[in-house]
Amino acid sequence: MGSLLSPHSAQTHLIAEVFSLVLVIAGAIFLVVAVGVAYSSVRYRSRGVAATEPRQILGSRNLEILWTLAPLAIVTGLFVITVRAMILIDAPQQSAQPDLTITGHQWWWDARYPNGAVATGDIHIPAERRLLVRIESSDVIHDFWAPELARKMDAVPGRPSYIWLEADTPGTYSGACSEFCGAQHAWMRFRVIAQPEADFEAWLKRQTQSPPAPTGVAAEGARLFQAKKCADCHSSGGKGPDLAHLATRALLGGGISPNTPETLALWLTNPQAAKPGNRMPDTPLSASERDALLAYLETLR
Amino acid sequence: MTAWLCAIDHKRVGILYMLSALLFFLAGGMEAMVMRAQLAAPNLKLIAPEVYNQMFTMHGTTMIFLVAMPVLTGFGVYLTPLMIGANEMALPRLGALGFWLQLFGGVLLYISFASGSAPDAGWFSYAPLSEKPFSGGPGLDYWALALLLITGGSIGSAINLIVTIATERAPGMTMRLVPLFVWSTFITSVMIVFALPALAASLVMLLSDRLLHARFFDAAQGGSPLLWQHYFWIFGHPEVYIVVLPAFGMISEIIPVFSRKPIFGYSFMATSTVAIAFLSYGVWVHHMFAVALGRNFLAVFAAASMLIAVPTGMKIFSWIATMWGGAIRFTTAMLFAVAFLLEFTIGGLSGVAFATVPVDWQLTDTYFVVAHIHYVVFGGTVFALFAGAYYWFPKLSGRMLDESLGRWNFWLVVIGFNAAFFVQHFLGLLGMRRRVYTYPDLPWLGALNIISTVGAAILVFGIFIFLCNVGMSLLFGAKAAADPWNAWTLEWAAASPPRLENFQEAPTVRSRRPLWDLKHPDAPDWLPVRGDA
Repeated sequence: MGSLLSPHSAQTHLIAEVFSLVLVIAGAIFLVVAVGVAYSSVRYRSRGVAATEPRQILGSRNLEILWTLAPLAIVTGLFVITVRAMILIDAPQQSAQPDLTITGHQWWWDARYPNGAVATGDIHIPAERRLLVRIESSDVIHDFWAPELARKMDAVPGRPSYIWLEADTPGTYSGACSEFCGAQHAWMRFRVIAQPEADFEAWLKRQTQSPPAPTGVAAEGARLFQAKKCADCHSSGGKGPDLAHLATRALLGGGISPNTPETLALWLTNPQAAKPGNRMPDTPLSASERDALLAYLETLR
Repeated sequence: MTAWLCAIDHKRVGILYMLSALLFFLAGGMEAMVMRAQLAAPNLKLIAPEVYNQMFTMHGTTMIFLVAMPVLTGFGVYLTPLMIGANEMALPRLGALGFWLQLFGGVLLYISFASGSAPDAGWFSYAPLSEKPFSGGPGLDYWALALLLITGGSIGSAINLIVTIATERAPGMTMRLVPLFVWSTFITSVMIVFALPALAASLVMLLSDRLLHARFFDAAQGGSPLLWQHYFWIFGHPEVYIVVLPAFGMISEIIPVFSRKPIFGYSFMATSTVAIAFLSYGVWVHHMFAVALGRNFLAVFAAASMLIAVPTGMKIFSWIATMWGGAIRFTTAMLFAVAFLLEFTIGGLSGVAFATVPVDWQLTDTYFVVAHIHYVVFGGTVFALFAGAYYWFPKLSGRMLDESLGRWNFWLVVIGFNAAFFVQHFLGLLGMRRRVYTYPDLPWLGALNIISTVGAAILVFGIFIFLCNVGMSLLFGAKAAADPWNAWTLEWAAASPPRLENFQEAPTVRSRRPLWDLKHPDAPDWLPVRGDA
């Protein structure tokens, strides 16, 4: 998991700075309190039974006003810094055409690009370019959070919201759903892959191209994919993740397992063992049907 | 037995509240330990994801509604009449009804386990996750019905406390002279009466959606999932202060007695309690900063949230000033009260971090929040409750708690608590989200989580020592005098334990420390020598 302490965009740099400032202020206040508690505990400790009561002091109006006004001054300063940072980080809401639409589902993410390309789990972006991203949910409330790249944003059903998404250097950044969303909230992870502009454009173009037509066992797998009703859910706009280009993905099921023939076979034969609680129904498959489907899925590049 | 079942005497009802809270505290603690075991190492599979989700839902619901609120109400019901020189609550039967509604609400909540589907949508049960299509079992119906009962009980008890404090005070005890614990209980009760109806309304809407096919929270049918959040947090944030303000009140009684000085700045302390209560109704959206609600809207709630730091900080400094120049006796009660000052300050300061909206945009729903709430509710409320338990146990039982077991109790709780929860700040900063049943094997996550789990185990051991201390002291503890701490408020004028009729004749009150006046006829508080602060 990425940390907000390793920022890779203008907005996360700013948040890290604000956090550091808050940490310094909080540390200083804690120090004052701790010294006050420690000093009075040691200095005014009474050993044995005190013969007389100490001087009875009811208060001091001046001191009380001082420790009302001092915190007030601190939080006023903090408020100014907060609003300034909010202005710099906020994306326009209800804005025009987004560069990318990211949707949370129980329990995976997909990203839709203006040219029709769809990415599941691995979200590709061009490095060093700020994208306006629309965040949506198809079921319950999720939250899109890539700590190194952007603020988190709730994905509320029926209420799209917008963030700026940006990476200052090419690389792979991890993220996850950050609002509790049911059984597999833990494995609703994703990766943001920031690529140099040219690589990104090439990837985007490839995503809209269909893989070569399957042959042999894979062709039988393609037939089963329709006949066993896999395609009902696993298609663009379906209830399950779009499997186009599945073979190019490194991880399955919101990051719960690597994408290997063994883990994929488990998803086909026993989805509840692959990811307990997920919404994929059991589909009885013979060993040869399973192998044909696996062969077909392997062609989805 | 029948005497306890039919009890309407405030002392018995108060003890019933405390005992039921203790029972549910053990249940909630076990749920926490199941979670800490599952999180002890990355990728563990001790329990299924659904079971983990039930554990944190029940842990949160239990600790807030069945432990924190009832135990504080219990102290309030037990101590209020004694502290204001009354013999009974104003509405004793309403108070008893409040307790039994509370208890049966708790029982109903736990019966859900037997139905095979305990609630699993979190203690905040956000719609639409809590709606039928996503939580099909009966668990959330149990949850909502149980909380409706508890809500009714809490409001009943709160009304009883408000009326008692308003009408039953001893002759001469104006509102400017009541002990600060009574002040806190009064304000808390007013807050309960104004905050809990919002919860009841949201529960009725949820039940309507789930059982009657209403559409309050269904976006596709014109409802709004955010409606739930607004209603829940309009209740939920005042709730935080409902479980913290009475703890503040306890600290304001205990620190003066063991520092041998009156509370520093009584009027400011009472006023700051009112200020916190007032502000707490204007901060609920800070639980929703990660929703796109509009910058100006969020900024208003950020400002109100930050402002709460002002009266809270004032209290911390006033407590330190009370110790300053005193003659401090470090009994176990005082140790817990002093530790409270430090632990609660950490929780308060991390709260200011969350009021800083951009920081919240990163850290909300991470382990940083888990650390924060536990520093407030455990480091604050529970530490104050331990202090209160050691301070008032002699009054309740007529026996002293053992001081050497008390030291073990104190140090194990301090070490265990900080080991369990301080590291969770780092987990949050490293990006570990809350409410996940497991996590990948990334650098530091495993190491920090095992420290947290071991800390939790030490904490459990510390609490076990406390239970032993209570059990053994009840049987073999030294007999307590009426006023074992040389204290100043009226409950110490009654016998330990008090007779059914607390005071044979109503005491006359001329100052905030009636027993000081009695012990120092040469320099009573009501002499206008030192003036008022």
